[in-house]
Amino acid sequence: MSVNPELQGRVFPPVAPYLVGREKVREFSRAVFATNPINHDPEAARAAGHTDVVAPPTFAVVVQEATLAQLLAEPDGGIDFTRVVHGDQRFTFTRPIVAGDELTATLAVTSIKTLGGHSMVTAESTIVDASGAHVVTAISTLVVRGDE
Amino acid sequence: MTPAMSDLSVGSIVAEANFALTRDSLVHYAGASGDFNPIHYRDDVAQSVGLSGVLAHGMLTMGLAVQPVVDWAGDPARVIDYQVRFTRPVFVDATAGATVTVVAKVGALDLEATVARIDLVVTFNGATVLGKAQARVNLA
Repeated sequence: MSVNPELQGRVFPPVAPYLVGREKVREFSRAVFATNPINHDPEAARAAGHTDVVAPPTFAVVVQEATLAQLLAEPDGGIDFTRVVHGDQRFTFTRPIVAGDELTATLAVTSIKTLGGHSMVTAESTIVDASGAHVVTAISTLVVRGDE
Repeated sequence: MTPAMSDLSVGSIVAEANFALTRDSLVHYAGASGDFNPIHYRDDVAQSVGLSGVLAHGMLTMGLAVQPVVDWAGDPARVIDYQVRFTRPVFVDATAGATVTVVAKVGALDLEATVARIDLVVTFNGATVLGKAQARVNLA
């Protein structure tokens, strides 16, 4: 089975909201060696003008993850999970993710390219807060290896 | 505290760091991120898909590589855009671990927007593991 080219342009339903917990931000920060006090200490974060601890830039992947699961589970998608390699990743912020945010992610497949038997699937997850305002867009390019 | 745009020049190094990864780091990242792909903690599974052994999550490498930039900028909120390409795996030996080295240089300066593009050279065992690793940092 190969990647369905008709996935290009498909927009998925929003996933369930993700509530950003302070301890989760701290746990993730420790995991990526983020030692800045603004990642860990609410007082330091407030002193810097934030409402609570600020998540490291790549924390957005935790919120994005449910949208990629949607993509891999799409019945007509033809994406074989065991052949997927993460090619590129990008995060573009309007504002940082802060503890207390309730975030909703919506996935769109923006591009499918075939290169030497492999498919490159670019998936863009737009993440907004509870008011609907944009926070960050997470863009992944997944390389789906063809049959050898 | 915040670096001044006027003090920066393209090509100059703004931060450098080494990160010592162990299998514990990978288990910790798996739990924190929810990425429980067993190629990141089981050698037998990694070898069954043609890898020489357990490798770090690409997103762990991406996540730690930007930290020297965050500390230089003074606030994680200053990173307004961050992208990488995953080009080589970081194999993490069960006993020796792995050391990932990050060198952050000024790649470009947008004086009007007060944004510095910081380019990251991220290496393991003498070879780069990330391509086009760029963080845009708001220094306004």
